[in-house]
Amino acid sequence: MARYGMVIDLKRCIGCYGCQIACKAENFTPPGITWALVLKNEQGSFPAVRRLSLPMLCMHCAEPACEKVCPSGATVKEEDGTVTVDYETCIGCRYCMVACPYGSRYFNDRELNYYGDQRTPYEEVGADPPEGWESKPRRARCTGRVEKCDLCSHRREQELEPACVANCMAKARYFGDLDDPYSEVSRLVREKGGFQLNPELGTDPSVYYLPV
Amino acid sequence: MSFENKWGQDERLFEPIEKTGWGFRATVAILLVLVAWGATSYFRQVKYGLGVTGMAEPVSWGLYITNFVFFIGISHAGTLISAILRLSQAEWRRPITRMAEVITVAVLFIGAGYVLIDLGRPDRMLNVLLYGRYQSPLLWDATSISAYLTASTIYLYLPLIPDIAILRDRARKWNFIFRILSLGWQGTAKQQKVLNRAIAIMAVLVIPIAVSVHTVVSFVFSMTLQPGWHSTIFGPYFVVGAIFSGIAVLIIVMVVFRKAFRLEAYLKEIHFSNLGLLLLVMSLLWFYFTFAEYLTGFYGHEPEEMSVFWDKFRGQYAPHFWAMVTFNFVLPIIILGNRRTRTILGTLIASITISIGMWMERFLIIVPTLMNPRLEYSRGFYFPTLTEWSITIAGFALFLLFYVVFTKFFPIISAWEVKEGREEGLEEVDHRVRSYLPDYGN
Repeated sequence: MARYGMVIDLKRCIGCYGCQIACKAENFTPPGITWALVLKNEQGSFPAVRRLSLPMLCMHCAEPACEKVCPSGATVKEEDGTVTVDYETCIGCRYCMVACPYGSRYFNDRELNYYGDQRTPYEEVGADPPEGWESKPRRARCTGRVEKCDLCSHRREQELEPACVANCMAKARYFGDLDDPYSEVSRLVREKGGFQLNPELGTDPSVYYLPV
Repeated sequence: MSFENKWGQDERLFEPIEKTGWGFRATVAILLVLVAWGATSYFRQVKYGLGVTGMAEPVSWGLYITNFVFFIGISHAGTLISAILRLSQAEWRRPITRMAEVITVAVLFIGAGYVLIDLGRPDRMLNVLLYGRYQSPLLWDATSISAYLTASTIYLYLPLIPDIAILRDRARKWNFIFRILSLGWQGTAKQQKVLNRAIAIMAVLVIPIAVSVHTVVSFVFSMTLQPGWHSTIFGPYFVVGAIFSGIAVLIIVMVVFRKAFRLEAYLKEIHFSNLGLLLLVMSLLWFYFTFAEYLTGFYGHEPEEMSVFWDKFRGQYAPHFWAMVTFNFVLPIIILGNRRTRTILGTLIASITISIGMWMERFLIIVPTLMNPRLEYSRGFYFPTLTEWSITIAGFALFLLFYVVFTKFFPIISAWEVKEGREEGLEEVDHRVRSYLPDYGN
């Protein structure tokens, strides 16, 4: 079976937050919830300083710590290697958020719009998609449950790359099947020294980074 | 044996049931107001979502889970202590057991309730039964706690039967309830034998269940890979802390009801002194586990572990941490280690500090770890909101309310067991001591 994963080239990443915004626009996430997040880290002291960007997303681990602890079976490891949350079964206990070592999960704790009580036209689309927009994911209106990146399942159905990959202007992101040894992602991991975050935890993430 | 004869000297035990004073009414009224306030806060939370709490990434568990662990911990006071004292034939247990058992049953409801309050979608909680996955430690909790609740309810009820029969025979209002609940108890020798046997079986059964309960509560934390949680001693550490806080709460309850119901003749200095000694041992054990836990973390010196460690030892949670050590170890050792200060007042003071200290311990296990996630960027702090505090206070009020209402229906000291101690215990102990000695035959 396939194992969808991502490779992020940290040398190419310019830290523009493009993936963060593309994800928000694509998935209609409410304020405070960023499935794709760019972290910044400063190293050294002046004048020998360096600023690093680390784009984060759900690691879609092969051994997900979140899936193990989920009491209601809402979090599932899919056959294509992605980890998904069923918004209709999640009871909102947030145990998965406590267990996830990467902080990739978010709790949708209340009905929230970007600008006060009124939805913007764009948020309106997310909440209630008009004709022809059915392919877009609905911004799930129920609150009180956990959500996270699903590697743009709706885009993958149309054989498109996830929004963060398609929108990365530095072409720092690659999407593909890690189980296929001839895929671009497998080759990059193999040839350019791809590494996972916190491999010692045994979670075996499907998101690899290429060293700076 | 009939029940008409001489309840004269134990008459006091039935007084709170048959007379309703202004003290009782005022207490219930105040507690009801607090509970109602908490309920309003909860409805607000259901309406607007968990956003009204201070919980946000990365701290996704806060006061509610702290209260859950604390209340489930207190529940160990009761049934476990009572079972151990019964099985070890400690004669001084007689006026204490019922008080302890009521704590367990009352507190388990509230503890389990906090998990439900913490849910983002309480309307979907049955999904745990419908689609539940048994590899989640939360389901182990659900199993263990419901088993414990069942067992300790039975264990509270069995020794209550003879007392319910007494109440039935005293012919008061709502007699039919007592007639049903007493299950036709007449106090015949055969009934007594069956009852004693049933109590003994439940006492044995309840101990492993009680131990399992807090072990499994600790597993919720220790099964994850988070720094400061992933520890093999968490099970016993939690059980020790549970018994520790449980005894402290038991002593507080005893002092309160001794005063309120004028039970000085039943709850004597010696009972507090004995429980105080037990508390002293648990305090030392707690310190031993705490020491072992933190030394192991410190010596290994993993960066993730250390950020949690320093947060507690000299960071933003240092005042809480050192207050906890003072409340749980330093003060109790000073007060309880000295025979002259191990008085009723002394044990009460130690118990109050321990109750506060153990609540803080639960908080300090949960929150600092969540505030220092493995990927070391901090993305927020945790300040509990008014809603969370209101619901916390309401939980404590509800516990007291359960307790006070219980004392309105049933005697808080087991009358028949005190009587049994008077009539049979003395002789039995005399015989038992004789059997230990070399000069007497078997």
